[in-house]
Amino acid sequence: MAAMVITITSGKGGVGKTTATANLGVALALLGKRVVVVDSDIGLRNLDVVMGLENRIVYDIVDVTEGYCRLRQALIRDKRVSELYLLPAAQTRDKTAVSPEDMVRLCDQMRDDFNFVLIDSPAGIEQGFRNAIAPADEVLIVTTPEVAAVRDADRIIGLVEAAEKGPASLIINRLKPEMVRYGNMLTTADVIEILAIDLIGIIPEDEAIIVSVNKGIPIALDDANRASLAFRNIARRLLGEEVPFLDIREMPNLIERFVRFIRQG
Amino acid sequence: MASVNIKGTKNGLLVTLGQGELASLLAELEERLSGTASFFKGGQVALQVGQRQLSVEEIGHIKALLAQNEVALETVISEAPGTRAAARHLGLETKRSPRPEPRPERRAEEDFAEPFVPLRAGLSRGEFGEGALVRCTARSGQVIRHPGHVVVIGDVNAGAEVIAGGDIVIWGRLRGTVHAGAAGDDQAIVCALDLAPTQLRIGKRIARPPEGKPRRRTVPEMASVEEGRIIIRSWKASR
Repeated sequence: MAAMVITITSGKGGVGKTTATANLGVALALLGKRVVVVDSDIGLRNLDVVMGLENRIVYDIVDVTEGYCRLRQALIRDKRVSELYLLPAAQTRDKTAVSPEDMVRLCDQMRDDFNFVLIDSPAGIEQGFRNAIAPADEVLIVTTPEVAAVRDADRIIGLVEAAEKGPASLIINRLKPEMVRYGNMLTTADVIEILAIDLIGIIPEDEAIIVSVNKGIPIALDDANRASLAFRNIARRLLGEEVPFLDIREMPNLIERFVRFIRQG
Repeated sequence: MASVNIKGTKNGLLVTLGQGELASLLAELEERLSGTASFFKGGQVALQVGQRQLSVEEIGHIKALLAQNEVALETVISEAPGTRAAARHLGLETKRSPRPEPRPERRAEEDFAEPFVPLRAGLSRGEFGEGALVRCTARSGQVIRHPGHVVVIGDVNAGAEVIAGGDIVIWGRLRGTVHAGAAGDDQAIVCALDLAPTQLRIGKRIARPPEGKPRRRTVPEMASVEEGRIIIRSWKASR
């Protein structure tokens, strides 16, 4: 079992990397894969909170890389889904505590025991980011359909390509179809025109995600939710399946187009 | 007050070393140069040290430090005769007092590119040498920099920069920042299939795109300086 190591990064903060990592981890585990999600945001750890596993942290990633404990001791098993594990970050250290080489060694240790290693990257372009992409086989870029986020995503894609970890794939998160229809939000096509990488998923904005993140219950566990379905579709695409994108009605109907035309003058 | 001051002038960079221990000043200079965007690179430097005594070795060290960051030490300005002698020994120009700052000319349209650091000041169009043709899209944060003409086959995304001593042609979408004629040549032009830069500079002029909604249809356009202002014209085949 040689794992695929996937790093989820974005550049911009707050676009949904941690939520995506947690939910993709759950989705892949629900499909029967053995998955470990790794929080590399040392000093500002969040993946444990989003997964609802913070109370069970005894050891963290820095303890492992500094040899203070064995990897097995630091891994936390998620009891809701079989074969899903979390390697939490340290909260009382910072990103200089771990080096890119440490991350590569760590992932090499995990490759034989898992199908997927998902690494939640911190925001930014500095050491934290460099640590996170060092061991990556694949990189997923998360962005929201906003000018600032897309600008940062473009920068990150450039850095990922320069590090020879490309081509990356894109997740557009928090799309609001009504805003897109009325011309108030970038469309999927607008985003892809700028970023020019393959799209692997579109997640619609959903208040239920905010609730799920606060409660520590990843939305992917909820069968009935559309955002959950979007995450589960991405997991299937990661496994090589061709899954059509959800119909998120971005194109305005005739009346809406007329209204937009009048508004824009 | 900063102990290391770097200023752009018409003739190149003026680096002023103030009070303090030389080693720490040089460390600060190194950091400033390497931390700054490639804007400084390729420039000539005048080093102003006031009363400070510097040996041949120390000046040589500074020259090497600057060369590492791709700027060339050309002149040493100091009140101390010993320092000037040491500089001359290394083949550098010397001056007793700071070079007088040329008063910035008043321009009709008040657009003056500051900070303005010329590439290799004084290069005339004939001296450019080879142009550069790049087949790639410049992503945000990437810089394409060349003393001659530059052609980009690809897009220049917002947040990317193209800086050229000569003309700039973008066969694609121009969304980033461009500076044509960056060595002070107002005759340079910028062309793009879709000209929508964040900021456009030619020579010493700087222009922003007009406010308002983006055009629905895009046509190839050319920007040049006419009567002291940057003008943008659609490209028409019959010229």
